[in-house]
Amino acid sequence: MQVPTMAEMMAKGETPDVLFWVGCAGSFDDRAKKITKAVVKILNHCNVSFAVLGTEESCTGDPAKRAGNEFTFQMQAMMNIQVLNGYEVKKIVTACPHCFNTLKNEYPELGGEYEVIHHTQLIQDLINTGKLALKDGGVFKGKKITFHDPCYLGRANNVFDAPRELIEKLDAELVEMKRCKTKGLCCGAGGAQMFKEAEKGNKEVNIERTEDALETKASIIATGCPFCNTMMTDGVKNFEKESEIKVLDVAELIANAAEL
Amino acid sequence: MISIILFALLLIGGIGLFSFNVLKVRNNILLGRSTERSDNSSERWKTMLLVAFGQQKMFSRPLPALLHLAIYAAFVITQIELIEIFIDGLTGSHRIFHEALGGFYTFVISFIEILSLLALIATVAFLARRNMLKLPRLNMKELAGWPKQDANLILIMEIVLVCCIFTMNGADEAWLNLAENGSKSYGFAISSLIGPAIFGGMDAHSLHLLEQIGWWGHIIMVFAFLNYLPYSKHFHILLAFPNTYYSNLEPKGKFTNMESVTNEVKLMLDPTADPFAVPADGGGEQMRFGAKDVTDLTWKNLLDAYTCTECGRCTSSCPANITGKKLSPRKIMMDTRDRLTEVGDNIRKHGKDYSDGKSLLGDYISEEEIWACTSCNACVQECPVNIDPLSIIVDLRRFLVMEESKMPTELTGMLTNIENNGAPWQFSPNDRLNWANED
Repeated sequence: MQVPTMAEMMAKGETPDVLFWVGCAGSFDDRAKKITKAVVKILNHCNVSFAVLGTEESCTGDPAKRAGNEFTFQMQAMMNIQVLNGYEVKKIVTACPHCFNTLKNEYPELGGEYEVIHHTQLIQDLINTGKLALKDGGVFKGKKITFHDPCYLGRANNVFDAPRELIEKLDAELVEMKRCKTKGLCCGAGGAQMFKEAEKGNKEVNIERTEDALETKASIIATGCPFCNTMMTDGVKNFEKESEIKVLDVAELIANAAEL
Repeated sequence: MISIILFALLLIGGIGLFSFNVLKVRNNILLGRSTERSDNSSERWKTMLLVAFGQQKMFSRPLPALLHLAIYAAFVITQIELIEIFIDGLTGSHRIFHEALGGFYTFVISFIEILSLLALIATVAFLARRNMLKLPRLNMKELAGWPKQDANLILIMEIVLVCCIFTMNGADEAWLNLAENGSKSYGFAISSLIGPAIFGGMDAHSLHLLEQIGWWGHIIMVFAFLNYLPYSKHFHILLAFPNTYYSNLEPKGKFTNMESVTNEVKLMLDPTADPFAVPADGGGEQMRFGAKDVTDLTWKNLLDAYTCTECGRCTSSCPANITGKKLSPRKIMMDTRDRLTEVGDNIRKHGKDYSDGKSLLGDYISEEEIWACTSCNACVQECPVNIDPLSIIVDLRRFLVMEESKMPTELTGMLTNIENNGAPWQFSPNDRLNWANED
């Protein structure tokens, strides 16, 4: 897989149009790595001039900030900003809404100002400008797909349409859960919950959310966040429905549909 | 003449006491830390018009929104009639605008009557919903006792208020309808029907007395209500306006940047910095990181707390609360308000530096509550008056983590991993690009 790094590009005297911020989940989590690869396939297929930071990338500091540790967050942010500004990065795309939110909203005050977009927005743009074409009657034709809004993409940053428009491009039937868009229910991973046990209660949040998804009778739960993906996948497994219902990132749906 | 003096006294007393209590609340709110919320005034006016005046966010739940709208509209429009009551009260006149405005007067009073009737229906519906339907969000633990009584008391006061209006207008209509007065009518939409129907058999003297009871009952209730507000969750009818004006206009996902931390981190990363140098600002009073008590929160957090009317939409949409965790965003706001009232009273009684040894975190809000939050912003989204419980939760976490190093053990590990490996998990940073070479 062809994945140029910023260091390699710089050595060749080139500057990519966009930096692909992979994120910790996208780099290390086995399930999320597949999403990362789907994004790269799309970028390569469309000849997008991009690069990754590779080993120079480090956690944005999002989970530290949500957990209340502003020191760790700002240490991470300042180090990343040094690297990003060093490469004179102007535009960043990321497949993780947590990285997206942090880079877009919380880095500017620390000296890191970039145009930051979510991968669904980039893919939408590629399709709209004709750089990526999906065949009619693709693999998802007529399938019921529901979209789970990641909190840090939807409510936090008002991106609701890009992922939905992509799903509609698949010739699939987009079915909404009873709680969707601004009223979408969290998967349970945000605010650093991903890294700890939940407090005592009578249910796990991801089970509550998976029930919403099962109610739609969709055969695919689409999402746009590696953490939501984990939580929904676990939820589906809990109901022993993993053979009937797939949890896929929108990037994976598009890469599949485009036969990449 | 006596009645004019009585009215003037009531007016001065009622407004004076109210101003005194509002000033107390204002002083309490100003105990908070500073935060910048005066930029972009056109966007702020727009937000206030839409969210507070236009009730935009209420309509995500249409039925309660309509009932609430009826009470709200009646409340706003009745203020017009109040002007007349003030003038009548101070001059001893009776329906001073009636002759001057003619048909328009009849229209305005009829409009008020129709809205008042709708408000009465809505109030009864709300009482029934609260006490008979047992809607989950209106019957949670944090509402037991005073909050529930407060809610019922407000609704009952509203019913009394409306009944006074109809008694006043109805008695007037019945009086005018008497044969000795030529069987006439003001033509008010509702009281011209129910007035003669209910009070029809009474003589002129009794009707006049009844009208006076309605008139005085109404104005006394208005002042009682006004002065009840600062002690009640119902204060939202006034505070909703400033609170939405000072809304957070940034994307919801953006948490505040802590500048005090930025300065220290810059020092740490700057190899030429002298760690023992006297800070440029002369090293003024050190602020605590995050919030332990209400005075560590911003004034907007505190304004939020007084604005909350305990409707519980936040809590009913909170993923933690829905799944049985202890966290309730509404309780966070109620606790903040109750603690602030206590701190404010303490300061007034014992002076600025008095400490009662209590704090918001610990005595009111437990660690278990704040660690259950997923920071999903559902509570912020749902609040019809743009209250932000999440920012309080985050500030409480900041205090626990940065001042006390207290957090769930898994989080300690996660933070160590970020610091050592640049990822929340224990992977080597050198392996970050391995995925590119895997199938």
